[in-house]
Parts: sequence; structure tokens; C-alpha cells
Amino acid sequence: MEVFVFSLFNGVLYGMLLFLLASGLTLIFSMMGVLNFAHASFFMLGAYFAYQISQPLGFWPALIAAPILVGVLGAAVERYALRPVHRFGHVAELLFTFGLAFVIEEVVQMIWGKVPVPYDVPPSLNVTAFAWQGLDYSVYRLFMLLISVGIFVALFFGLTRTRIGLIIRASLTHPHMVASLGHDVPKVFMWTFGVGCALAGVAGVIGGNVLGTEPGMAIQLGPIVFVVIVVGGLGSLGGALIASLLIGVLNNMAISYDFSLYPIFSLLGVEREAEGILADLVSLTTGAIAPLVPYLLLVLMLILRPRGLFGTRDV
Amino acid sequence: MTIPGAKQTSVGALVIALLIILPLIVNSGFALTVMSQTGIAIIFALAFNMLLGQGGMLSFGHAVYFGLAGYVTAHVMNGMANEDLPYMPVSLIPLVGGVAGLFFGILIGFVSTRRAGTAFAMISLGFAELATGLTLIIIFFFNGEEGVQTDRWVREEWFGITYGPDIQVYYLIAVWCVIAAIAMYLLTRTPFGRMSNAVRDNPERVQFIGYNTHRVRWLAFSLSSFFAGLAGALHAVNVEHVGFETVGLGQSAVILIMVYIGGTGHFAGPILGAILITLLNAYLSDISPAWYLYLGLIFVGMVMFAPGGLAGLIMMHDPIRRAAPHLLMRMAPAYAAAFGTSLVALVGCIGLVEMAYFLSTTVSRNTALILYGIALDAADFWPWLVCVALAAAGALGCSRTYPRLAESYGTAMHEARRAVAS
Amino acid sequence: MTNAIEFSGVQKSFGNTEVIRGVDLAVEQGEIHAVIGPNGAGKSTLFNLVTGRYHVSRGRIELNGENITNRAPHDIFRKGLSRSFQVTNIFPRMSVFENVRCGVLWNLGYHYSFWHFVNRRRDLRERTESILEQTGLASRRNVPAGLLSYSDQRALEIAVTIAGGASVVLLDEPTSGMSSSETEQAVALIRDISATRTMVIVEHDMGVVFDLADRISVLVYGKVIATGTPEEIRSNAKVQEAYLGTEAA
Ligand SMILES: Nc1ncnc2c1ncn2[C@@H]1O[C@H](COP(=O)(O)OP(=O)(O)OP(=O)(O)O)[C@@H](O)[C@H]1O
Ligand SMILES: [Mg+2]
Repeated sequence: MEVFVFSLFNGVLYGMLLFLLASGLTLIFSMMGVLNFAHASFFMLGAYFAYQISQPLGFWPALIAAPILVGVLGAAVERYALRPVHRFGHVAELLFTFGLAFVIEEVVQMIWGKVPVPYDVPPSLNVTAFAWQGLDYSVYRLFMLLISVGIFVALFFGLTRTRIGLIIRASLTHPHMVASLGHDVPKVFMWTFGVGCALAGVAGVIGGNVLGTEPGMAIQLGPIVFVVIVVGGLGSLGGALIASLLIGVLNNMAISYDFSLYPIFSLLGVEREAEGILADLVSLTTGAIAPLVPYLLLVLMLILRPRGLFGTRDV
Repeated sequence: MTIPGAKQTSVGALVIALLIILPLIVNSGFALTVMSQTGIAIIFALAFNMLLGQGGMLSFGHAVYFGLAGYVTAHVMNGMANEDLPYMPVSLIPLVGGVAGLFFGILIGFVSTRRAGTAFAMISLGFAELATGLTLIIIFFFNGEEGVQTDRWVREEWFGITYGPDIQVYYLIAVWCVIAAIAMYLLTRTPFGRMSNAVRDNPERVQFIGYNTHRVRWLAFSLSSFFAGLAGALHAVNVEHVGFETVGLGQSAVILIMVYIGGTGHFAGPILGAILITLLNAYLSDISPAWYLYLGLIFVGMVMFAPGGLAGLIMMHDPIRRAAPHLLMRMAPAYAAAFGTSLVALVGCIGLVEMAYFLSTTVSRNTALILYGIALDAADFWPWLVCVALAAAGALGCSRTYPRLAESYGTAMHEARRAVAS
Repeated sequence: MTNAIEFSGVQKSFGNTEVIRGVDLAVEQGEIHAVIGPNGAGKSTLFNLVTGRYHVSRGRIELNGENITNRAPHDIFRKGLSRSFQVTNIFPRMSVFENVRCGVLWNLGYHYSFWHFVNRRRDLRERTESILEQTGLASRRNVPAGLLSYSDQRALEIAVTIAGGASVVLLDEPTSGMSSSETEQAVALIRDISATRTMVIVEHDMGVVFDLADRISVLVYGKVIATGTPEEIRSNAKVQEAYLGTEAA
């Protein structure tokens, strides 16, 4: 029981972090048609900036400043690098962001080195909030949950209750119509890109100290965020939320329970003492295949239902 | 009237002669290794360009077919050594890899080529991640992180070839490289090759002249996987080991970058990219820790400013060369000026990057560094000042010389057109 | 003899808007059948339905007596129906010659072959050359299609369409945007290629329509309101009221 509760809680937490990344990415992808390969790199920059800022100033200034810096950087990238590539088409844009991810990883290594940096949870929050059945839970995790839920609520209201939100929602479903209504589309793109990157930055700030801040963190998380937006469906923030939580919880459950998959194979008549490839299958556990599940989901989704769970149009 | 194909034949003869004598001129062990790697890279790059350049499909996971074929080849060679499998000459083993690549290409290609563009790119990424994950789970076949060892010396073949010495492997790779390159070149001139281009340019119209776009893409994908598999088999023979990284995202990224930098729009582009990047990788990655950063920056620069790659940049001058070669000479001063200012900027920027890398990776407090043959202290102020000054001066210079170069190109082009018209 | 194309009760909606509202229409073998009607009447949509580009909501379409409703575009092409596009739709990076050759490939049986060389095949070259001659593009053969003048691009559009040897050819506004001398050439070309084919053309230029067509159908707001010979259409009261009336006035 307690394993269930804790892996549920951790799964939701991980899922909300994914959502912070996925919300920006899905906004950018549905509006601009650009699959931002470098999105998780901005997440990584958020963590590194927060580390750098929190060294002299502490965690709280970093929580504010790092996402803003990341957002400004993102907007600048859109304005001065991505926009000129736009005329070469979507594949060129995808190639550009791919190269950008590559470069950001190298620059991070250049500045902060190849080994993880000691970006830690602020001591003031690193206290036990509650203990239950011998497992204790830190205040910081509650704080993470609070921040990500807060941002979700703010996004939701921003998109449904404000004028700019209306324009953004319109351009999610009808990307070509917004221009004809007289809005400055390049500017909307730049801000969306900036804000999307800033959201990824927030995820970096609050997640970097728990997940570990190191140059490989972007490439680990990046493809999973793609999975989230494809599974959730293009242009659907609700879909992104549900897919994030689904993948977060599934992943955590699979790892913490670590069921053996032998019973399934035994139904197919496989002996426990099997040899060769069957031996590998018999010894499989859910924990071992957990990292594969998202990609299996991605491939299946793109083949069977390219609009995702809640999307309105195909990828 | 010229004999069709005469030019290609003479170029081909020249290349083959060069491949034969090259190891006799530069015969250090390291150079031989690099040349073997280059040959493999050329095959893989050409195969990749069948997708990206010829078929308009951007894959982030083409190493899957390269790597899987490598594993199959390693197992087949081991099986032959144990006499579990019937013997076949190692000279022909690349075909086994090709067939393995083809098999997986047909299988996975069927589902991934139903759509092009971003959806195709994402599916390829998904399969790349799946393959990497499987290498760590199916120990029986992939042997986890250790990978599969093999021995290419199975039995003595024709003329006493054993593939013991590296030079024999080099010639094996060279021969297959030539065969594969010719085959892929000829493929571009078949009905399939032409329709592959047509599907890339206008998939909608292709349906209304009788072709199923999915079929065309699927065929392109499968044939491309065949050649990727052939390259993977040669890789297994060459290094006698296949590890999980050969199917991974990193390997796929490198081939993508190679091909793009070389140029996707021209058949020789990927060859150019494969040679250049393999050489630079071999000789620079030891000298500079920042090699991958430079590679990434070159790639991003190409995407932004020269989407045709190096081959595209070279071919830009072809109309001028044909119409009036002397116009090229007239552009020389502008090129020299642009080159000079770029060099200054590069020296400055590379200095900055090298010092930054050095400071962040050095473990001890020792900050002494040798840069451009000059011993200096990276913690000092003046080396940074000099590099910043060089970079700024170079950038300023470039901002003047590049517009001038563009202008000079424009006039040359204009005059070339006039020369053709008259 | 069966009709070349037969629409029975064909209906098409985009979302809630019904664009084709029950069309019954027969195109006879060997005729030139013109479809006219005001902008937005659904003429191009009708083409898109026959050729499999759009999904038919209701009804049935037959080609030479065979049901082709909702078949894939390449399937329908292989059964002998080919079309041109209102907005030029060619391969801009390829030369004129290569464009036409692409159109020829399937019909000459090369299909997905990767063991023939296109520049070694005499039948391919000859068929391509003859189409280039016929459409007056022979002198432009090496020009990249994207660099052609507008009227040459329209001619290439027709050349690619007829290259595959289809017995039924649909042309969507072949003369739109042309000067009067260019239109004259295009009309001559269409007359020439119609000698051996059944043709359906959508056209706004009434001079061209009454000059070329054996029969005319008038499509207004998704419905065929009249079909008949040019004389019948000219004197049809419904047509004059709904369509020609504005022009006659
Ligand atoms: N893909 C589509 N989605 C939604 N509506 C469409 C689509 N294609 C066409 N329509 C609508 O169907 C109607 C008929 O369009 P169509 O292009 O068939 O007209 P047309 O008779 O060819 O006109 P024109 O003479 O201007 O070419 C128009 O109102 C158009 O807006
Ligand atoms: Mg129309």
C-alpha cells in the first residue's frame, strides 16, 4: 500500500515536471509547426542557471531569475536564428533545433564541466514534511508540486480568460488564420517560444536539484517530452497534462513494483529454465522495460492515431 | 558529341587508382585506421542521403540498421568460427550485413514511411530509442553494455587473404565502398530513383501520375537500410566488436551531421562530408576537447546560411565555371579577404573556447596551457584580452568582407549569364 | 456502350457545409464535356472526388462501368483517369523533360523498377519527346520547371497529365490567366489531345467552352442544373437565369 501511494505521489510529481516542459513544447509545435528538439536543453539551462545564481544569492532569487533568463534566451534564439531558417521549411527548422541541442550540451560542458554540479535542494525546504510507514517526504517535493500545479492553473486561466490567450488558442487550431486577423504573428511566435522556454526553465530550476544537474540531462528527458506531446495530442494542453501524468505514474509504478514478466511468458508455454533469447524474456521485469514503454507508446500512437489522445489534427 | 558516361568513367578510374596507392603513400597504422573508417562512413553517408537528400526523409535513427547489421555480422562470423554455421568467405560477409539491414528496413520501414516530414522524423527517433533500450534487455543477442566480440580471421581465403593485417581490411572496405557508391549512384537513375526525388519534391502530384507515395518511400527506406547494413557489417569486420552505441542516437546524429555538412543536394556531397568529418574527428578530437562544439556550430551555421552544404557551396560556382572560368579568378581577391578576416575571427574564438574548456575541465589548480604553440596561463587576463580582440576584429572585418564577396559573386553570376545568352 | 464517367447521387460535405449536393452526371465516351459554373460552385471539388483526392460522403462514381468510389488516387490513375490542377502542380526542381518522363513511367510498365536506367530506355525517351512536341515544350526541355513562364507551366501541367496515356483526362481551368494568343494555342492543344481521349474540362472562358465542348454541364451551388449541347445550354432558360444571365446582360 505505501509503495503504491509513494510511487503514485512521485509519479504525479515527475508527471507535473514533464507537463511544464510539454506545455511549452506543444504550444510551440502546434502554432509554429516547429518540433523544438532543443526544448529539453532549455530545461537543462534552467537548472544550470539556477545553480549559478543560487551560489552567491541563494535559491529564491534563482527561482525568479533563471526562468526569465532562459525565456529571454529562447526568444532571442527564435528571433535571430530560427526565424531566418523558417523559409527553408519545417525539416530545416527541425534540423536547426537539433543542432542547437547539440551545441547547448557542448557549451554547458565547456562552462560547467562534464561532471554533475552540486546544485542542491535549499536547506530551508529540505526538511521532512511528513513521515508515513517509515518513509518520509520532504517539504521540497510538496513545494515542487505546488509550483507546477500553480503554473498549470495560471496557464489555464491565461489561455481561457485573456485576450492574448484567445489569440494563442485560435492559432493552435487555425495557425494560418491568425495572420489574416491582423495580429503580428512573428511577434506572437517569438513570445510563445520565449514563454515556452521559460516554462522549461522553471522545470529545470525546481527539478534540477532533485534529478541531478549534469550535461546529459537534456538528452535523457527530451525524447520523453516528445512522447508526451504526441500522445496527448497536438494543440491540447489538457492532453499534454494527462499524458504527462500517465507517463510519470506508469514509469514510477513500473520501477518501484518491478514485477517479473515471467507469468505472461509462462502462459505462452515458456519454461523458467529456458535458454537463449527466452532466458532474457523470462528474467524481464517491469522495471527493466519501463524506459522503453514511452517510445513504444510514441511509435504506436504515430502509426495508429497520429492526432494523439485529445488532439485535433495530425502531427 | 561526347560519349555519355565518359566523364564519370574517368573520374571513377582516378578514384580507384587513388584508393589503391593511398595506403602505400601514407602507411602509418593510424592513417590506415582512419582511411578504413572513412570508407565505412562514405557508404553509410551515401545510404543516409538516399533518405534525406534523395527521398526527403529526415531520420534520427538510421544507425539502427547500421548497428543491427553489425550485430548480425558479428554473430555470423562467430558462428562460422564455431562451425555452427556453414562457411562463407569474409570478403562476402558485407552482403550478410546488407541483407540484415534490408530485413529490418523492410520491417520497420513499412510502418515509419507512411508519412514524411516531422512525423517520420519522430517515428525514427522512437525506433532509435527502442533499439537502444533493447540492446540492454536482450542480453542473448546484444550482450548488454559489453557488446559482441568477434574475430575476422576465420579461414584463409583467395590469394592467402586472412584479414589479419589491417591493410587487407582496408582493401576490403575500399572495394565494397566503390561497389556500393556505384550501385547507389546508378540507383538515382532508375525509375525508382527518379520517383524518389518526385515524392520528395511534390508527394501530392506523384499520386496522380500513378505512384503510391508510401511504396516509393518504403522502397527507398529499405534499399537505404541495405547499404547502411553493409556499412555496419564492414564496421564489425573492421573493429571486431559491436557495441550498443552503434545503434544509438549519437551514431545517427553523427551521420546526419556528416551528410548535411557535405551537402544533401548533390551525389558527391555525403562523400565529401564523410571524408572531411572523419578526418577532422580523427585528428582534432585528440587535440581539442571542444571538437564536438565546433562540429555542432559548423552544422548550425550550415543549416542557417548554407542549406546546400559544402557541395552546394561548390556547385554555386559551377555555372560561372562553365560559362567563363576567368570570372572565377576575378572573385579571388574577395575570397582572399573573406578568408583572411574569417581566420582572424576563428583564431580568437577558438582561443576563447579552448581556454574556457580548459578551465572547466582541469582537475588540479594547474592552469598552464599551451595554445597555438604558446605556453600561457589560462587564469591570466591577457590571453583572454588578446583572443577577444582578435575575435572582435575578425568579426568586424567579416561584416565588411562578406557583403563584398556576395556582391562579387553576384556580378560574376550576372556576367556568366550574359556570356551564355550571347 | 458504358459511359466514361458516371456520377450517381454524389454528395460531399466539409464539416457541416454541403458543397456537392447530389450530382448525377454522365460523361460519354470520346466527348469533350465542359463543366461550367460560378466561382465556388464545386467544380474543382467534383474533380477531387472522381480522382480520389477527397473522400466521397455519399453516392457512387464509375469509370468505364467500374466502381471507383473512394479508391486511392494512384489506383484510379492506373485505371485510366488523369487530371490537371487549377493551381499548377508540377515538380519545380526537375527539368521539363524529367517532369514529363515522370508522368510516362508508370504507363510504360516501369513501376518501381530499380533495375532499369531511365536514360537508356528508348520507349521512355520517345514517348517523352512526342509529348514535348505535342505540347510545344520541346525547346524548353532542359529548363527547370520552376523557372518556366506561367503559360509554359500551364502547358507542362497538361503535358504531365496526358503523359501517362490515360483514356479519360480532366483539365481544371487550363487557360486561366492566359493572354488571348496563349489561350488560342491552349485550345488548339486541347483539341489535338482530345482526338483520342475523353475529356472533361472546367473553364470560365465561355468562348473556349462553346468553341470546344460537345456537351456542357452547368454546376451551380453544388448541383447540376442542366446538361446538353452548347445550343441547348445557350437557350436553356434556367441557365440564363442562374448563370449566363449576368453575362448576357
Ligand atoms: N478542403 C476543403 N475544405 C473546406 N471547404 C472546401 C474545401 N475545398 C473546397 N471547399 C469549398 O467548397 C466550395 C467549392 O469549391 P471549389 O473549389 O470546388 O469551387 P470551384 O467551382 O472550383 O470554384 P472556382 O471556379 O473558383 O475554382 C467552396 O465554397 C470552397 O470554399
Ligand atoms: Mg476550381
